[in-house]
Amino acid sequence: MNKVFMSGNHAFAEAAIRAGCKCYFGYPITPQNELGEYMAEHLPAAGGVFVQSESETAAINMLIGASATGARAMTSSSSPGISLKQEGISFLAGFELPGVIINVMRGGPGLGNIAPAQGDYFQATRGGGHGDYRTPVFAPATVQEIVDLTHNAFDVADNYRTPVMILGDGMMGQMKEPVVLPEKVKAQKEKEWALKGRGNGPSRYMASLILDTLEMEKHNWKLVRKYKEIEKNETRYEEYCMDDAEIAAVAYGTTARIAKGAIKRLRKDGIRAGLIRPITLWPFPTAIIRETAKRVKKMVVFEMSTGQMVEDVNLAVLGEIPVQFHGRPGGVVPTPVEFSRIIYREYEMIKKKSS
Amino acid sequence: MKLKNKWPKYYKKDVVTHYCPGCGHGIVHRLVAELMEELDVGKRAICVNPAGCAVLAYKYFDIDMLESAHGRGTAMATGIKRARPDLFVFTYQGDGDLSAIGTAETIHSANRGEHISVIFINNAVYGMTGGQMAPTTLLGMKTTTTPSGRNPGYDGYPLHITDVVATFPGVIYAERVAVDGPAGIQKTKRAIRNAFQTQIDGLGYSIVEVLSACPTNWKMTPAQSFKWITEVMTTEFPLGVLADRRKKG
Repeated sequence: MNKVFMSGNHAFAEAAIRAGCKCYFGYPITPQNELGEYMAEHLPAAGGVFVQSESETAAINMLIGASATGARAMTSSSSPGISLKQEGISFLAGFELPGVIINVMRGGPGLGNIAPAQGDYFQATRGGGHGDYRTPVFAPATVQEIVDLTHNAFDVADNYRTPVMILGDGMMGQMKEPVVLPEKVKAQKEKEWALKGRGNGPSRYMASLILDTLEMEKHNWKLVRKYKEIEKNETRYEEYCMDDAEIAAVAYGTTARIAKGAIKRLRKDGIRAGLIRPITLWPFPTAIIRETAKRVKKMVVFEMSTGQMVEDVNLAVLGEIPVQFHGRPGGVVPTPVEFSRIIYREYEMIKKKSS
Repeated sequence: MKLKNKWPKYYKKDVVTHYCPGCGHGIVHRLVAELMEELDVGKRAICVNPAGCAVLAYKYFDIDMLESAHGRGTAMATGIKRARPDLFVFTYQGDGDLSAIGTAETIHSANRGEHISVIFINNAVYGMTGGQMAPTTLLGMKTTTTPSGRNPGYDGYPLHITDVVATFPGVIYAERVAVDGPAGIQKTKRAIRNAFQTQIDGLGYSIVEVLSACPTNWKMTPAQSFKWITEVMTTEFPLGVLADRRKKG
């Protein structure tokens, strides 16, 4: 297998093209500009369509139009731009249309800065836009995983007819790693629901407007049944050094990489620390965290935010064991040494208590 | 002479209109449906309908339809047409949708010269929400949010967005018409035909602004409303072809 050296932003784009993405719509914003630039150069050559939109709002609505015809479509942005896309993501959920949305997160709120951050966790995992819906959220931690998850995101989006978000950050987008790229998808499943012009058949319409309250309620519960299926089939996580762990770190994306480095250092000193890395942030790997809480003495949650995923960890742990949070918001990227000190400190406290 | 009422092929049967008496939407719907048939594009047509009174247009048009968020119609139409250039794509939008919340989408889809057609219903108010001021509200006109009449020093001036986009080289055909009587209706049909033909011929973007009555929110009878379009509204929004960049054979 041939390895190529690629940045995360290029990997998002190339993986999407190989997944059969036919339409990309986007608006420039740092730190994900290389993604759109790659699409502008390579997507038309692959028989697809690249449009630089006038705004993030327009981009997501172009995606809706393309997706309604059955085309695989993607848009990408970074935090402030993702806020603008929320209207369209809500409509995608209402219409039950697939679509892939990449968020290369940066510091916030407001314009914030252009450094890597994880402050959009709440927005991503709670639907983000208005109304009662969820969006599957993938959180890659390596460029190879960017390739694999982006490729897979199109299948998940099509299978469940739902928008799928990939939550990266400036670090994921900018760093380069060797990757193995998948083969290009040749045939896609026929989408019977797509609008193609009525031809000789009956006309169809897509509407999110359901004025009858009981019908709207029915639609809401129908979406919930779909979300239950997604929870059952698509929840993903990685366990690292968890077999004999007494203390577990929980982190995703860039912070999970850093936490891994910290655990490697601690293991050399015989500290029994491990890592649970959620790969899907929604659905959240609640079950494994709940299970783990029965056998470890403490959990430490690392995020490049002031504490968002820690709420989901607490909901999973349900007070069984203490959950410590350590966050670096604002675009600060922590180091393995920093994390290893935190884990070591908490580990020592457990030891003191039990001795 | 025997008059026959031929039901348009792409207009649903056995439907009861939700539009108010004297509303222009029903007339323009009918014209669009007739043209779908006459130009033989109904089978490959997708209409993007707006937020506003015409959000329910799918109840009447017997073609494939996609609802849009408020103002985003031409962005969605861009996505459809770029993904499937073989489809016939048009938006049907009101003045609030197209010239307030959707101004950016309107301007840029026109400036890119998207191969879509835009039917723009201008009735100078927000109809569905109960008659608030629109960008197109005339000076001095009373609405629920300009209770003493639109004051230019406070509320700004009527926005002539079709005139704006008509200046773009990517806009191939732009015309303003009015459904204010039998002659106006015939002219409206001709304008929409030209707009649709522009797309069929692969020439690019076309827009038809239709001055249309909203008797309910204007607090007039249908007859008064039609007269008001002719006598008052057309003085602010003069009728005529605003751009015609079709190559003359």
